[in-house]
Amino acid sequence: MSKEYETVIGLEVHVELATKTKIFCSCSTEFGGAPNSHTCPVCTGMPGALPVLNRKVVEYAMAVGLATNCEITRNCKFDRKNYFYPDNPQNYQISQLYLPICRNGGIEIELEDGGKKTIGIHEIHMEEDAGKLVHDEAEDVSIVDFNRSGVPLIEIVSEPDMRSAQEVIAYLDKLRLIIQYLGASDCKLQEGSMRADVNLSVRKEGEAEFGTRTEMKNLNSFRAIARAIENEKNRQIDLIESGEKVVQETRRWDDNKEYSYAMRSKEDAKDYRYFPDPDLVPVFISDEWIKEVKARQPELPTEKLARYQREYGLPEYDAKILTGEKKFADIFEAATEICGKPKKVSNWLMVETIRLLKEHDMDPADIRFSPVHLAKLVDLAEGGTVNSTVAKEVFEAVFTDDIDPEQYVKEKGLQTVNDEGALRSVIEEVVKNNPKSVEDYKNGKDKAIGFLVGQTMKAMKGKANPGMVNGILKEILSR
Amino acid sequence: MANKINDETIEYVGILAKLELTEEEKEQAKKDMEEMLSYIDMLNELDVSGVEPMSHVFPVNNVFREDIPSEIDGREDTLKNAPSEKNGGFEVPKTIG
Repeated sequence: MSKEYETVIGLEVHVELATKTKIFCSCSTEFGGAPNSHTCPVCTGMPGALPVLNRKVVEYAMAVGLATNCEITRNCKFDRKNYFYPDNPQNYQISQLYLPICRNGGIEIELEDGGKKTIGIHEIHMEEDAGKLVHDEAEDVSIVDFNRSGVPLIEIVSEPDMRSAQEVIAYLDKLRLIIQYLGASDCKLQEGSMRADVNLSVRKEGEAEFGTRTEMKNLNSFRAIARAIENEKNRQIDLIESGEKVVQETRRWDDNKEYSYAMRSKEDAKDYRYFPDPDLVPVFISDEWIKEVKARQPELPTEKLARYQREYGLPEYDAKILTGEKKFADIFEAATEICGKPKKVSNWLMVETIRLLKEHDMDPADIRFSPVHLAKLVDLAEGGTVNSTVAKEVFEAVFTDDIDPEQYVKEKGLQTVNDEGALRSVIEEVVKNNPKSVEDYKNGKDKAIGFLVGQTMKAMKGKANPGMVNGILKEILSR
Repeated sequence: MANKINDETIEYVGILAKLELTEEEKEQAKKDMEEMLSYIDMLNELDVSGVEPMSHVFPVNNVFREDIPSEIDGREDTLKNAPSEKNGGFEVPKTIG
């Protein structure tokens, strides 16, 4: 019988920082330039080129460290990690081994049962990204584009504190949210601006020693991460159960095949011969500098969650969804500021916006409509200029084309008809044409009135004031 | 000399540095490395307890650049260094991790 196993997981998360230039040179970090257009002697490793550190990289790294409760290393420096690979033009990567900028932090995650748990952060260090290799299958060659070479990264190394895929996802989600709020990165897994490597081992429940771990790479979505964890856990348990040993190795996940394979272990792979980079001088971080970065720290997700409930009187459920995506929080605050109706704005985001995002298969980050237009729509709907059905239709146009609702309603003539005389004559007509329903209603079938309201709305092309239609209809029927 | 570099070490260092050494060169490298290690041993005789490790030979720190992009398109100059070029990139032997 299989014994109970515990899964032990630690993560190495790489995040591309949102600087305009690379970490050690002034080349643009913009995505999508022609191959090698954003390159210079520094980021292509030409002899004699001198790297100079981008101040903003240090500040973003500090900001992430402070927001994740890390200690900032006052005297930090860069080291060279030596290895040969075609995407690495210097034959070393500039990174931090001995004195990483942040250490000993942690963030709190919420567990599925509602409990809380702190996931430790061992360290955060600054480093440079490598170039990109494209494989030309036809010619059997590879082509290197160095545009990404030297793009600043931070690597966030967690403690092996996670025990399940759920905890891993909760940790990543919290980390992503904090970093997005700080503006330090957009953290898109699909596009590679956030990349997570999973270190996983299993051990029998209650054992004190960790098992042998493997490192899993190429995880491009939360779903892939969850599946890879499940798969690797089972693979290791199967090995142990059949009397074999887990080999410490790096594996690559293939999400289409739902399978991982061991990456070719190069005989020289793990001996990086780190040494201090003599081209870069140490970075001393003063109390004043830390204070400055702290002072610029925006409101973080946890604080925002509490404030939305306190200040706007939103239910916890709403506040969680709104603060769970930076884009939602940004739109919510801007629109509420204008129209002063937080609950209404929240409803539009939580119901219609989320519905349309799903329908268009979009991320909240892809939302393009202006909060000004949402605020205007809230005012139009609440002021009775348009009824709720029309408001939904107008919102779709706001969502897809960012139209100005006021102008749109005017141009399309969508204002609610509040003219009692006009409504009365339409309703008289409807009543006359539907004697059966009138009869049913009079015989106590209350539902029949719904049909008559519907017919009236149809005749009015959906623009009638529903409250008035109800009132007039009841009055006519009770005659 | 206390330090002995064996053939295995030379072989390993050669692999790490991607160097192919002749027998003669290996012997020379062994001798050089032994001398280097002896020099380090000499340094190790010093008592440095209580001395903070030096981060850099120059007494300079906090040299930064501001985050302002250059407008220069480096493509042409960079590709001049490519032994073989393809589609605007460096063509290299097929390499898949």
